[in-house]
Amino acid sequence: MARTATAPGVPTTRVGKAALEFDDRLIVAGPLRRTLNKVFPDHWSFLLGEIALYSFVILLLSGTYLTFYYDAAMTEVVYDGTYAPMRGLEMTAAYESTLYLSFDVRGGLFIRQLHHWAALMFVAAIVVHLLRIFFTGAFRRPRETNWLIGIALLLLAFAMGFTGYSLPDDLLSGTGLRIISAIILSIPVIGTWAHWAVFNGDYVGEEILGRLYIVHVLIVPAILLALIAVHLLLLVKQKHTQFPGPGRTEHNVVGNRLFPAFAGKAGGLFFIVFGVCAALGGLVQINPVWLWGPYNPAQVSAASQPDWYVMFLDGSTRLFPAWDINLPGNYTIPALFWPTVVLPGIIFTLMAAYPMIERKLTRDTASHHLLQRPRDVPVRTSLGMMALAFYVVLLISGGNDVIAEKFDISLNAMTWVGRIGLIIVPPLAYVFTYRICLGLQKHDREVLEHGLETGVIRRLPHGEFIEVHQPLGPVDEHGHGQLAYGGAPVPKRMNQVGGARRAIRGFFSPIEEPARVELEQQRSERGLAAAEADRELTSSGRPSDGGRPQEPRD
Amino acid sequence: MTTREDAPGSTGGADVPGPLHGGPDDDYTPEQLAAMSREDLDLLGARYDGVQVLHTEPGPEPGSRLEKAAVRQVALTFALAGLAAFAAFVVYAGSGWFLPDWQWEITESGWSALFTPLIGALGGLSLVLVGVGMVLYTKKLLPHETAVQDKHDGSHFDRVTTGATLVGGLHNSGLARRKLITRTLVFMGSGVGLMLVMPLGGLIRNPNTGDPLGTTSWAEGVRLVRDDGSPIRPGDQVPGSLETVFPAVPGGNRQSDAATMLIRLRPEQVRVDRPRENQEDFGYGDYVAYSKICTHAGCPVSLYEQETSRILCPCHQSQFDVTRGAQPVFGPATRPLPQLPITVDDEGYFVARSDYIEAVGPTYWNRERI
Repeated sequence: MARTATAPGVPTTRVGKAALEFDDRLIVAGPLRRTLNKVFPDHWSFLLGEIALYSFVILLLSGTYLTFYYDAAMTEVVYDGTYAPMRGLEMTAAYESTLYLSFDVRGGLFIRQLHHWAALMFVAAIVVHLLRIFFTGAFRRPRETNWLIGIALLLLAFAMGFTGYSLPDDLLSGTGLRIISAIILSIPVIGTWAHWAVFNGDYVGEEILGRLYIVHVLIVPAILLALIAVHLLLLVKQKHTQFPGPGRTEHNVVGNRLFPAFAGKAGGLFFIVFGVCAALGGLVQINPVWLWGPYNPAQVSAASQPDWYVMFLDGSTRLFPAWDINLPGNYTIPALFWPTVVLPGIIFTLMAAYPMIERKLTRDTASHHLLQRPRDVPVRTSLGMMALAFYVVLLISGGNDVIAEKFDISLNAMTWVGRIGLIIVPPLAYVFTYRICLGLQKHDREVLEHGLETGVIRRLPHGEFIEVHQPLGPVDEHGHGQLAYGGAPVPKRMNQVGGARRAIRGFFSPIEEPARVELEQQRSERGLAAAEADRELTSSGRPSDGGRPQEPRD
Repeated sequence: MTTREDAPGSTGGADVPGPLHGGPDDDYTPEQLAAMSREDLDLLGARYDGVQVLHTEPGPEPGSRLEKAAVRQVALTFALAGLAAFAAFVVYAGSGWFLPDWQWEITESGWSALFTPLIGALGGLSLVLVGVGMVLYTKKLLPHETAVQDKHDGSHFDRVTTGATLVGGLHNSGLARRKLITRTLVFMGSGVGLMLVMPLGGLIRNPNTGDPLGTTSWAEGVRLVRDDGSPIRPGDQVPGSLETVFPAVPGGNRQSDAATMLIRLRPEQVRVDRPRENQEDFGYGDYVAYSKICTHAGCPVSLYEQETSRILCPCHQSQFDVTRGAQPVFGPATRPLPQLPITVDDEGYFVARSDYIEAVGPTYWNRERI
């Protein structure tokens, strides 16, 4: 806007003038203010997705560095580098370049290990983030799209991990690739054709590493980047969910504005994630490819395990019985097909479809922006725990040979433990979780109705002993609390409602005045002092009286 | 721009600038804004964005002991972060240069096993401290405010007007009436689509040409050689031992399907040996040869426990009994390891009598048919 020099509000400082020049051209002041003013709710579990995002940034940075040295060629070379034990050994150029970047590039080993650790962190953060979304019901309308994108991101992260650890072409990664080749071959009807398309012929061929490389550094990262952008865009557009609490409704977000509080914490978290990955990358050795040696189809080492996120599939492969299906016409559906293609297919389809399934079963089609506590939705929580138990049995079975060896258990017994456990542990997990949810619900209601246990025992005139209870709010003539459960955490200990003053800050000597702390305490809404005034000892403090169990919501 | 003058929302004449992008400049003149304090402007903008700051707890009082302690803490964290970062740089740059005993690469004078760990420890410490410093700063020194932002659902106005524009455009195109164009469009679309994915056809190759999955380099008269290429005679191995052998062809020891285990059975094993039907003569004396490629997922089966005559695949724990024609006895494998028919040539070295009579390695759809 052209304004005259005398108009008020015209910047006088150098920075102000520069900002004006900038905004004259790009018109960013409005969108920037809207962004800075955006309110984010504050809860530790909302940071899990951020950890995944930051790991991805670290992966892009460290991965780009690795491409400067890595060579995806499968031509046979004779090693003549600085690592003496390998000299004179035949290996592929890919493996040689991995050794070169580990030993002959200053800090190359550090970056490689940093990359690997960040990859493990990336998948782990995605999985934990997914669990948070699931158990709090954050996938419900209107966020089903973002749930689906999240599942796609998890699958792509898997693909990134698998293609990534196949690249060094050491003995371990080659064994993994061999199994993938067998899995592709096991697909009915099109298996051999698919294998020929992927490997350009029989295993192992000359092309596969080059293809995995371009998938790993270009195709999948590009899709990941695009989907992450949409994921975040939808988050901003739909606004973040929040847990129920004072002043929080379906139509608002309570928290901190992006600038400066949220940005400060998020920026801090980025550096912490980066630092943890860097420390792991330097201090904790991971995938020492020079110890495994170059890939040789005739060699394998015991306890060959994939990265942790693929281990559940390794477990399912170990547990599945030897059931080839022979069809008329001498066609075969190999046993390998079921645990490696069908099972993950079912798992991921169920996961992706879960929001739709739940909507169908509960007939709840309303929009939800307030999260649920897992205990308040016992069926969903129990289903989740059941799935998790199934997954954990598979995960443990993926390392059952190591467990068998370390604890001196028969390997075959471990296999049977897994097979039987896979069938009986998930239902048990369901039942236990369901009961725990109901118990927690009941206790919440009990505290709301009868108040907190104070630990003070009082003897009544007729000799009966009762424990004095502190009501959380106003009580009716019977001494029963009138607060309804609103989906927010209910305080369970006297200290949570100000039963004790918080400690005065200061390590060597107090750095704040006790009087001020006292004052601050009194201001807080549910302080003991506030309740003290109309404190009334209930005639019956016993929680057993009239505690009505609540019906579960679904 | 005379055509837009009476449109709703238009500001009219050509020389008058339209409303600014975003801000309600008509409601607040520059003079009014200039008269407001920075705090008020901040809250005004926030309110305009649907944000209400409910409650602000100011940071520690300037000059108070609380503030001084927090400032010291944050400053110390940042200082340590800087220190660790510089130390990491010194280790990185100094190794092999001005630090006499530090070598980052493997040389005759030795290799510093501490190079990578130190880079990681110092670099990681530095980054973590940067993060911790930022969080401490936010938590201890910034005012804590509680803000509420309204959530808006989709606007009915937007939906109706956008719908009208879309449907109007489609209606004006007349595609619903002009059937000839619609049909040619469908035809064209399928053709062009097919043409665009056509290059992917280069990936498709016939896996059945020459039966590469069912054949290996083994053939009649091909010698069994060790990894180093030396041939083997009966008597080279002690009873109960296993040796991995390869076909004596160029690159035989690197082929993915040729690796074979030559096993010399112990006398007790020979007594109970029950080869598969029609394969009784595949062995030679007390020697038997089985494919090393697991019939489950293709890993090399490597662990031979001669007391139990079992071969274990370390990948998924399939177990094969060598005295029963390498039939699977436990685990996920369904087929026995194929047996290589062997004999001894004129010079007394082991040779194959033919290729494997079945496909080695993992099972696939039409394995039984070729």
